[in-house]
Amino acid sequence: MMNIMTGAAIRARGLEKRFGDVRAVQGVDIEVAAGELFGFLGPNGAGKTTAMTMLTGLSRPDAGSIEIGGIDCSKNPKAAQHLIGVVPDESNLYPELNGFENLCFSGALYGMRRDERRRKASELLELFGLGAAASRKFSGYSKGMKRRLVIAAAIMHNPPLLFLDEPTSGIDVESSRMIRSLLSDLHRNGVTIFMTTHFIDEAERLCDRIAFIVNGLIVRIDTVERLLQPVHGRYALIVSFSDAAKVPLMDLERAFPLLEFHMLPGGELRVESGEALKTGALVRFLEEAGAEVTEAKKRVLSLEDVFVEITGIGAGHMQKEKEGRGRR
Amino acid sequence: MQAYYLKPPNVSWGLLFPLAWTGMFLIRSGQDSHSLLSVLPGMIALSVLFGTSSMLAVAVTFEKKAKAFERLLLSPIPLYLLMLAKTSGAVLFGMFNALVPVLLGFWFADLSGADWGMAVPAVLLIAVVSTFLSLLLAILATEVFEVQTLSNFVRFPMIFLCGLFFPVSALPLFLQPISFLLPLTYGVDILHHAIGGEQLLPPSVDFSVLAGFCLLLFMLSLRSINKHWIG
Repeated sequence: MMNIMTGAAIRARGLEKRFGDVRAVQGVDIEVAAGELFGFLGPNGAGKTTAMTMLTGLSRPDAGSIEIGGIDCSKNPKAAQHLIGVVPDESNLYPELNGFENLCFSGALYGMRRDERRRKASELLELFGLGAAASRKFSGYSKGMKRRLVIAAAIMHNPPLLFLDEPTSGIDVESSRMIRSLLSDLHRNGVTIFMTTHFIDEAERLCDRIAFIVNGLIVRIDTVERLLQPVHGRYALIVSFSDAAKVPLMDLERAFPLLEFHMLPGGELRVESGEALKTGALVRFLEEAGAEVTEAKKRVLSLEDVFVEITGIGAGHMQKEKEGRGRR
Repeated sequence: MQAYYLKPPNVSWGLLFPLAWTGMFLIRSGQDSHSLLSVLPGMIALSVLFGTSSMLAVAVTFEKKAKAFERLLLSPIPLYLLMLAKTSGAVLFGMFNALVPVLLGFWFADLSGADWGMAVPAVLLIAVVSTFLSLLLAILATEVFEVQTLSNFVRFPMIFLCGLFFPVSALPLFLQPISFLLPLTYGVDILHHAIGGEQLLPPSVDFSVLAGFCLLLFMLSLRSINKHWIG
C-alpha cells in the first residue's frame, strides 16, 4: 500500500464542535504529514472521537476548516472519503454476514470489482488470522476477532489514510499485539495513520507524533522523542505506606539531596532521580524513621509521566479508564 | 436485504397483519364480486404500506444500532444514492406484499377487467411514498419498536382517511381536506381506477400528486439525515 498523498494528509484549522453548552472540541489545529503515524491521546470525554468524526466526515464542525489529502472537506464532508479508511471504536459490520461477505461488501462500497474484492478479502482474512473463521457469521466472532475484521474492512480499498478510534480497547492481549504489529506494517508501507487512544504506552510505542487533548483543547503536540526528552534517563520509585502521615519528607530531602521527593494525592511518595535508584537504602531509612512501607515500585520514567506533567491528569485516572474498558 | 426479511417485526407487521386484514375482508365479502373489487385496492395499499414501513423500520434501525449505517455514510457514495439503495429493499418488500391480496383476489373474484398497466405503477409509487414517510420517522428513532409505534400514528389514521375501504366522500366534511393531504389517498384512487371502486380524481392528477409526494418526502428525508446523522 503506497501513500499517494504528498504534503499534509490531514490539515485542520480552528476546529470547533459544541453539544448544547458543552464545547467538545475547542479551536483544534492538527496537521498530519503523509506517511506519519499520529496519535491523539487523552482521557475519555476529552474530545478525541468528536474530532475524529469531524475529520472523517461523519459530523460537521461548527467552525474551522478541514483538508484531507489537499481536498477541502469543510463544506462537503464526503469529498475525500475515497481516500480514507475508518475504524470506529465499535464494530460496524453486519452481524448476519460472515467475515468474507462483510469484507466483500466493504470493497463493493468503494467500487472494487467482484474478482478483485474476493481476492483481497481472502488475502486480508489470512493476514489478520481469520482465515478459519471466514465463513462464520460476524455475530459469532470474539471481541478481538471482530476488531481485527473491522480493521480489515477499513483497509479493503487500500486507503492511503487510515483513522482508528481506540483500536485495541477492550480486546484480548493476543489481538492487541496483532493489531499493533499490523499497524506498524501499514505505517512502514507508507499509510498515514491517525489514531486516538487513551493507552499511553501504546501511543509511545507506535506513534511518530502525539497530540495530548484535554477538555476539547490540544495542550501539546510533538514527536515522541521530543516529548520524552525531559524524562530521558530518569527513574522513579513509587512508595506506598500504611500511614502516609508518618513519612518524614524533610528528613528524606536532607538525607538524599540528589533525589526529588513528591507526595502524591493518594498518599504515595514519588521519588525521582537521574540515576538508577537504590531502593533498599531508601526503604530502610523510611522504616527506621517510623513509616511502614507497604510497596515500592521502581520504573523508568515514560510518556505517562510526561502526560501527567503536561495535562495534570493522574496516571491512575487513565489506568482506571484502561481497566474499565478492558472489562467491557 | 436477506438479513432483514425474517426479523420478527417484519413478519408480524409486514406480513401477518396485512394477511389477516385481507383474509378478514375476503371472508366478509363472501361471493359478492362487486364488494370484493371495491375493497381490493384498499387491501393492496394496506399491504404495501405496512410492508414497506416495517421493512424500513427494521433495516434502518438495526443498521443504526449495529453502526453499519455509519459505515455506509463513511463510504464515498453520494447520500442520495445511498438512501435510494437503502430504501429500494423496503420498496421491493412492499411490492411483494401487494401480491398477497392480489393473488387472493384472483382466487375469490374476477379480475379480468383490471388495468394492471395502471395498477403496478400505482403500487410502486405507494411503496416509494410510504417508504420515504417511514424513513422520516426512522431517522428520529433508535429502536425498532419506537419506529413501529411512531409509524402506527401515521398508518392507522391513513386506513380511515385515505379511502381504503370506503370513499373519501363518505367521510365527515371536516375530515375530507385532511384526506387530500395524505399521499395514500391518491395511490388508492389510482388502484380504484385500475381495479374497481369509486374514483375521485383523474389518474393523471393522482400520478402527478403521488410523484410530487415521493420527491418531497425524499428531499425531506435527505435533509433530515443530514441534520440528524451528519450533525
